Amino acid sequence: MPPIVHKTPTEPPSLAENKTVINIKDLGFSYPDGHIALKDISLSIKTGEKIALVGPNGAGKSTLMLHLNGIFSGEGELEIGLLPLNKENLPVIRSLVGLVFQNPDDQLFSPTVFEDVAFGPLHMGLAEEEVIARVEEALALVDMRGFDDRLSHHLSTGQKKRIAIATVLSMRPQILVLDEPSAGLDPRARRGLINLLRELPLTMLVSTHDLRMAKELFPRVIIMDEGKIVADGKTSILLKDEALLEKHGLEKP
Amino acid sequence: MHSNIFDRYLHSDSSIHRLAPQVKVVIAILFIFSNALLPDGDWLSFGISWAVILLLNLLSRLGWAYTLKRSLIALPFALAAITALFSLPGKTLAIWHLGSLELILTDAGLMRFLSIIVRSWLSVQIAILLVATTKFPDLIHALEHLRLPKMLVTVIAFLYRYMSVLTDEVIRLMRARQARSAVLPGQRGGGSLIWRARTAGNMVGQLFLRSYERSDRIYHAMLSRGYSGHLRTLNQHEMQINDWLIIALAFLLIAALQLFAHTTG
Repeated sequence: MPPIVHKTPTEPPSLAENKTVINIKDLGFSYPDGHIALKDISLSIKTGEKIALVGPNGAGKSTLMLHLNGIFSGEGELEIGLLPLNKENLPVIRSLVGLVFQNPDDQLFSPTVFEDVAFGPLHMGLAEEEVIARVEEALALVDMRGFDDRLSHHLSTGQKKRIAIATVLSMRPQILVLDEPSAGLDPRARRGLINLLRELPLTMLVSTHDLRMAKELFPRVIIMDEGKIVADGKTSILLKDEALLEKHGLEKP
Repeated sequence: MHSNIFDRYLHSDSSIHRLAPQVKVVIAILFIFSNALLPDGDWLSFGISWAVILLLNLLSRLGWAYTLKRSLIALPFALAAITALFSLPGKTLAIWHLGSLELILTDAGLMRFLSIIVRSWLSVQIAILLVATTKFPDLIHALEHLRLPKMLVTVIAFLYRYMSVLTDEVIRLMRARQARSAVLPGQRGGGSLIWRARTAGNMVGQLFLRSYERSDRIYHAMLSRGYSGHLRTLNQHEMQINDWLIIALAFLLIAALQLFAHTTG
């Protein structure tokens, strides 16, 4: 096997506290079948912010999240880590934004845990020792040390969710984007996940139906419905607004 | 609910388990070729090959009959060789009449048939031994080391990862059907054959759609972690001098067996 040629990775721009890290202006997106999924989305996120993205099923939360990583590209302006989202910047942006999908069986596609966590770093072109160090570090962060050799399909749902988060932490992203991380977890696993998210020192955008978790963890909340942002503000205020919540199919926690 | 029927690895700390996976793959393939090349009806050489398998069983601490017990499952496939019974010229042993057809069983045909059965039975045993002593992810690495086309290795890796997910999905679908397959007392349940066939067809279609959509989501997950068309892996099993020596030794032994079989037979 010829040795992998490693390119010097382009350093992502370092971001100071309280700088805008995601800036979206008038983003719109419709699916090939004509269904409009996103309309006039404008949004800005600063470093260090922890934000919950809530709204009923089909509101466009997942579609919006897939845009942050350039998987989908709609019309409008998208700036991530000061870089406009375009083909050239895509590789760097994907290392900046760690996107964790809802179903860990989609996120974990390699035979072993090690290979899955190493996938991102390997594709960033890092050297072997660095890749191994990053896998160790990421597994330690999610409290799953020693799971390297385990087979993904033998893990419990809670364990899979943690490993799924580790698979993007190993890329040392600036922003963590999680799609319904607490869905399908039993109370203990959910509690463990909440503690984990609280301790991770990263900018976070988390879509969820778990408003109690939102209240506990995220100072800012964005409510989406029918492809639009209908409210964006302090969690402590918005989640008390019963009329607003009810109008968009949510329940006061 | 998990189906683990695809994991045949049995953990142990034997010398066979510790061999580099690519060494085991090469030896298993050499062994299978050797079986195929042994002359028809050379029972002594077949016996020697089997003795080697028994020895390997013992060395891997699986119990001497481990592969024997699991090998019968593959026997029905060997029946594909049944035409050999009637298609070789030789001394006639029996004649069957099937309408206007005449099937003539010859001694050479019977010999070839039995030899094919024994060959496939031996080959299946070495394959069983291979997967019982090698973790599947290591096998995938081994194939990569052996320069199998990347695309093929990737397909095998995905197959391994998602086979159990797919099986679980089938089990869930079947359960959902079962749970609603009620019959009222005094009624003949089950519906017509056509209706049942249509339900089964729909289930297969469902399964395809679900897999198709899942493949989309997996691809997105790969893209978002930087996938750009080439899978990269760390190769953890570098070939050592010892490994080459073991392969060379196995090759010599097999060559010796072939020489023996073809000069004495």
